[in-house]
Amino acid sequence: MKRPPKLAATPRSPAVTIDEGVVLAAGGQAEQRIAVATQWQLMWWRFRKHRLALGGTFVLVLFYLVSLFADFFAYTDPNESDAQRSLIAPQQIHWRDDGSFRPYVHALTGARDPLTFKRVYVPDPGKKVYLSFFASGEPYQFLGFIPMDRHLIGVQEGRAGDSLFLLGTDLQGRDMWSRLMYATQTSMTIGLVSVALSLVLGVVLGGVSGFFGGMIDTVIQRIIEILRSIPTIPLWMGLAAALPAEWSVVQVYFAITIIISLIGWTELARVVRGRFISLKEEDFVMAAELVGCSKSRIIFRHMVPSFISHIIAATTLAIPAIIISETSLSFLGLGLRPPAISWGVLLQDAQNIQALVISPWLLVPTIPVVVAVLAFNFMGDGIRDAADPYL
Amino acid sequence: MVAYIVRRLLLAVLTVWAISVLSFAIIHLPPGDYVTSYIASMSASGSAVSEGEAIAMREQLGLDQPITIQYAKWMGLMLQGNFGMAMEWGRPVSDVIGDRMSLTVVISVAAIIFTWAVALPIGIYSAVYRYSILDYAFTFIGFIGLAIPGFMLALIVMYIGFAYFGANVGGLFSPDYAEAPWSWARVWDLTLHLPIPAIVLGISGTAQLIRIMRSNLLDELRKPYVMTARARGLPEYRVILKYPVRVALNPFVSTIGYLLPYVVSGSIIVSLVLSLPTVGPLLLKALIAQDMFLAGTIVLLLGVLTVVGTFISDLLLMWVDPRIRLGQQ
Amino acid sequence: MSGDAKTLLSVRNLRTCFYQDEGTTKAVDGASFDVHEGKTLGIVGESGCGKSVTAQSILRIVEAPGRIVDGEILLTRPDGGVTDLVQQKPDGREMRAIRGGDIGLIFQEPMTSFSPVHTVGEQIIEAVLLHSKVSRKEARLRGIEVLKSVGIPKPERRIDEYSFELSGGLRQRAMIAAALSCNPRLLIADEPTTALDVTTQAQILDLLRTIQRERGMAIMLITHNLGVVAEMADDVVVMYLGRVVEQGDVDAIFHDPKHPYTKALLQSIPSIDSKPRIRLPTIQGSIPHPFNRPPGCPFHPRCTAFIAGRCDKEEPQLVPVGDGRQVSCFLYAPAAAGTAP
Ligand SMILES: Nc1ncnc2c1ncn2[C@@H]1O[C@H](COP(=O)(O)OP(=O)(O)O)[C@@H](O)[C@H]1O
Ligand SMILES: [Mg+2]
Repeated sequence: MKRPPKLAATPRSPAVTIDEGVVLAAGGQAEQRIAVATQWQLMWWRFRKHRLALGGTFVLVLFYLVSLFADFFAYTDPNESDAQRSLIAPQQIHWRDDGSFRPYVHALTGARDPLTFKRVYVPDPGKKVYLSFFASGEPYQFLGFIPMDRHLIGVQEGRAGDSLFLLGTDLQGRDMWSRLMYATQTSMTIGLVSVALSLVLGVVLGGVSGFFGGMIDTVIQRIIEILRSIPTIPLWMGLAAALPAEWSVVQVYFAITIIISLIGWTELARVVRGRFISLKEEDFVMAAELVGCSKSRIIFRHMVPSFISHIIAATTLAIPAIIISETSLSFLGLGLRPPAISWGVLLQDAQNIQALVISPWLLVPTIPVVVAVLAFNFMGDGIRDAADPYL
Repeated sequence: MVAYIVRRLLLAVLTVWAISVLSFAIIHLPPGDYVTSYIASMSASGSAVSEGEAIAMREQLGLDQPITIQYAKWMGLMLQGNFGMAMEWGRPVSDVIGDRMSLTVVISVAAIIFTWAVALPIGIYSAVYRYSILDYAFTFIGFIGLAIPGFMLALIVMYIGFAYFGANVGGLFSPDYAEAPWSWARVWDLTLHLPIPAIVLGISGTAQLIRIMRSNLLDELRKPYVMTARARGLPEYRVILKYPVRVALNPFVSTIGYLLPYVVSGSIIVSLVLSLPTVGPLLLKALIAQDMFLAGTIVLLLGVLTVVGTFISDLLLMWVDPRIRLGQQ
Repeated sequence: MSGDAKTLLSVRNLRTCFYQDEGTTKAVDGASFDVHEGKTLGIVGESGCGKSVTAQSILRIVEAPGRIVDGEILLTRPDGGVTDLVQQKPDGREMRAIRGGDIGLIFQEPMTSFSPVHTVGEQIIEAVLLHSKVSRKEARLRGIEVLKSVGIPKPERRIDEYSFELSGGLRQRAMIAAALSCNPRLLIADEPTTALDVTTQAQILDLLRTIQRERGMAIMLITHNLGVVAEMADDVVVMYLGRVVEQGDVDAIFHDPKHPYTKALLQSIPSIDSKPRIRLPTIQGSIPHPFNRPPGCPFHPRCTAFIAGRCDKEEPQLVPVGDGRQVSCFLYAPAAAGTAP
């Protein structure tokens, strides 16, 4: 019946209670530290207590590091194909050799399948390929402009691309590990760019809706309601299919980003509108006015932080749907097109169920999708709880 | 009550209109028109179409008229149930779609039934025994369910079926019945094949609905009427089931409206992986072949389908919630 | 004075705590008081002092993570036997018969005390069916009758309406009807008028008085409004932070408050005699959350008669101060007797 008392650390418990003619003033000792903390500090304290949210944040930082330095994390050209090397199984890393730390993988030797006479690669336990970290390999432009040739992993002799297949290869013999790194880059940034577009749409339309109210509000709300009752995938499939086939990778990337961002904005608009409306009547605004806080102080100390944190939470929670949309569209062959690489593009290979059964590692790209979606959900939940402990 | 129905009906009509415009746009977005694609497909099969014939055809189809008139004509045809020709198939669109539309409905409804049947009891349990071990377990599973897109789950299910059971778990019919005319035996065969697609399609919706039910019920459990019911001397299980669960069901009923577009969307892509004879694979083919009449019709029909479903759920909500029936709110 | 009336309910040293991650909230911390047959006991205190939790403890409907940790709640049954409600299973048959049967409860919130999707009648009939062996039809007649007795016009029609179709005042009457439908011997009214406008408040209070006269039922009236207490109660219990700080009959408390807290409360209500536009005296400081209750007498940080070295070290006990009154304050306790437990 009552809300559990969550210390006095709530932005809504001003130091003054009004109760049937008994006016009580000033807080106790314990509330001191809390009283001087800013909104952001309070939120951070609450967020910190959220284990899953912290874990999610950590994972996302990792993912974006990979996105930023994909060339460094990959060890070979993701588009280098070789039909001969089709569907090689992932190699197992052996960490110790002769009792000392010296990671290696078994080299692969070509053999002929006695039944099909196809050329297949099998690990040769006799030959070891020693790995090295921060090894020099293919040259690339670090961050796009610094020439560099260091990679996270490499081999001590020869080209990594010829002997290292940590996650195996796909149908065309391309290295899955390196492709996965670049796919992460594409899929994670599509999430960000699309959500940014959605955010602009959502904030503008939701803000207008909540701020002006009346007729405009009604119209925008109906539009949102209509958009939400349309099955999105067929519609977006139609739009995506209409993209001219001769468009470049970059053009398609941006077109898909825009198409996908049309999914996310309605929810964001709803949150923004809700915030706008409740901000007008928020009880802590009233309470702050009652204690005599100035308007600008109310706006900057209380309203803005609460507003922004809700938007951040909603934005974070919108990204998973976007990632899933991109993956789905690309999986269907209607989203990003090769040579672009994204999680969805990688999963296209898994559509071939025969190939999948003999080479289950084609399903590996599902793992980062699920992990990223989970991480965004956890982080978003954490932010939302921290922003408003009463929700 | 009447005002509510009228409002909902208006919104439904408006939505159908919006969908029709979007579908029409899809038909017209790609460069070229029906005749260009027709010529292309004819020449592919070896027979040429003359310049004159093309012009005559454009005139006959009204393709030389302004876009608004074309839209009106198209809508007119649609309303008569004349969906045009499917280029690639050389047959009327309605023929090509056949009972794929109804199978889409069957699968979507099966998925929703699964979703409800699972989400309801788990949601109730999780709210009543909040922070229990099982609640945490359900929350965790729910999160995973949310994070795995339907088509990935379908891939994984297919893989497991093939790799461990050596069976194709896809499809909606056994080979014997795939092309057979409808009979009770075929219906039974369909029923046996339904669970896997329904579950694959329903999982992520289930995860969402569990969360919705849990938080609805938690809100309701805090309300004073629960305590009054308890104070009346009602046994605890009846207190919970008769009052807060019943109240929390109302917003839950209205989730159909929101679940349906979601499930229909999902069915398109899941059907592809599980090779289900729904409109999904057809739509993809049509889009890739730029067979726009077929694609546009499918998008429009799917849209109309969800609108009708949503409208039904609105009526259902009115039926279960006296506040709406009696014009409150 | 109510010393002559028989005790119906006796709460002895009741302690109810909420166990949460952040710590333990001692919502009720050793409260003791008696309710006499046919009399009205007023329980007053600022919000958060544990009044509602006390009521919930009596009915054994304290919600998790709350639990009664100590004390006795002795209810005299119609046959003269005494049942300790603390020993009952909360959802057991006996306790359920008492809830709604012997003890009725009405709530502060007439808006939300009825389920919005069940008719008012359904909820009243359900109570009747639970506590007496009658048919549904008879139960419905009983429902109509009891609705009529609380002054609801056209009860045969109202019984099939939903609570949101009733006005606030009617809703609270319906609530009272639901509580009365099984002829309870004790009616617990938790802030029954707080959510109502002033005129309706007066009507509802009148109604309670009439019903009490007609049925000879005891009422435990919980409120933070001293005016309501003055008007309604025979006896008064003043609570502060889960404890009873003073109790006695209503005249004595209002005319000769003993505890500094009671005095302060009384001074802070405006009266017709007080000069216009002067600042009402206020009580210093804020009520500490029961979660970090001060040591010693819980009121000492705000008390004007605070005895250093005593009030902040030892806990005062309720001691009789004549006339059947009791106060929990060192001002009235002999120095030797007031050692902390
Ligand atoms: N369900 C609950 N969970 C946690 N704490 C509660 C709960 N109900 C009441 N409390 C706490 O118990 C104390 C007394 O509450 P209550 O009895 O409702 O006060 P009041 O005197 O205003 O009726 C409050 O501090 C409140 O925070
Ligand atoms: Mg209360």
